Amino acid sequence: MNAFGAAIAIARKDLRSELRSKEATNAAVSFALVILLILSFAFEPTGEEIHAMAGGLLWIVFAFSGTLILNRTFARELQNDALEALIAAPVPGWALFLGKAASSMVMMLVVELVSLPVFAIFYGVTLVWTLAPVILLGTWALVVVGVSFSALTVNVQLREVMLPLLIYPTLVPALIASMMLTGNLLDGQTFSGDNITWLRLLVGFDIIYTALAVTLIDIVLVG
Amino acid sequence: MREKFIYALGSLGALALVANMYNIFLVLPDEANQGAIYRIIFFHVPAAIIAFTFFFVALICSVAFLAFKSSKADAVAVASTEVGVVFAIVNLVTGSIWGRNIWGIWWTWDYRITSMFVCVLLYLGYLIMRPAITDPTQRGTLSAVLSIFAFCDVPIVWFSIRWWRTQHPGPVLETGGLPHAMAMALLYNFIALLMIGTALVLVRLRSEHVQREIESLRRLALVEA
Repeated sequence: MNAFGAAIAIARKDLRSELRSKEATNAAVSFALVILLILSFAFEPTGEEIHAMAGGLLWIVFAFSGTLILNRTFARELQNDALEALIAAPVPGWALFLGKAASSMVMMLVVELVSLPVFAIFYGVTLVWTLAPVILLGTWALVVVGVSFSALTVNVQLREVMLPLLIYPTLVPALIASMMLTGNLLDGQTFSGDNITWLRLLVGFDIIYTALAVTLIDIVLVG
Repeated sequence: MREKFIYALGSLGALALVANMYNIFLVLPDEANQGAIYRIIFFHVPAAIIAFTFFFVALICSVAFLAFKSSKADAVAVASTEVGVVFAIVNLVTGSIWGRNIWGIWWTWDYRITSMFVCVLLYLGYLIMRPAITDPTQRGTLSAVLSIFAFCDVPIVWFSIRWWRTQHPGPVLETGGLPHAMAMALLYNFIALLMIGTALVLVRLRSEHVQREIESLRRLALVEA
């Protein structure tokens, strides 16, 4: 089996186990709904200014509920010392990372697909198709940083506390870009002018952090 | 010998700082538009550059640790990160005081200010994570990786005033927009603060070494017991 095959096998294994237990996605979806509810108290949810805030709201929901999935990425391997076996397996670190990232990406997208229509209904926002690339790129940023830090903190005490503490500051450039783009696109703008700058920042962030993660993952896992 | 060097460096930096303060507060005239408050630049700008210098040292030492697994590199990385965070906070606080005087507000969510704040948060996360890992090799490895991730934010802070139209004043150093006397005062104060900062890093390094010695003695005692 080549490395890409191994990556796919790891992703399929994770998705199958998630499909059977649904522990991470169930928690993340309900958490996303709870955040949507709580945010509605922070301001007038059907007011005029909602378009200006919609981008920010949506990404707060994605980022916060996403940590519940990303926290589990490597932690789920701790049972029965499966992580040791996974590291010892003849699979390059980057393939392991890509497999883990792919399965987390699918789970995140599922959560987002559920919360998007709910968000549109709750806040009276009309969704547009141009959002799709922004959501894909932004979610990949969340996943890359989240999976790397999930590997980083898997053996650390207070793992659940450490992960959010580390990933949100790191994610800030990607989150700002995604929020701005989402808000502008929901406001009826197209990919031009300032939006191109934001898109560049988002793509640049994805490329830099994917490269860093793929390079450093062996060191993180093996030491 | 080493202790004497730290004391010498620290007192030299303190003396230079006193001389600079005399120059800054009593000799240099007020700035035409801003009045007396502009003097904060002599602390604000050096603090930022020194913070980035120490973060850069931490980055180099982190890479060195990953390459050679030398515990010395890890110790230098944590010492300079800690002092770097202090200087970054000095930078934020002085900037905030200046903003209150010139803009009338303590804080604004400007790209440069926000990115500097994010930088502080990232390195604070680094400092908070370290004690949570007990094994020294693992601690060094994971913090080194984290330091590399965190440093990605530094160029964003640096270039933010060029990439976006920000409320933060534009670059004055490279464009030569500063009168000679002020530029020199800035340089002297940078050197003085850098000396003090380096002395602080060396002090922190000593305490780190002592800490490690204690840890290894404790392990030894545990093995013999």
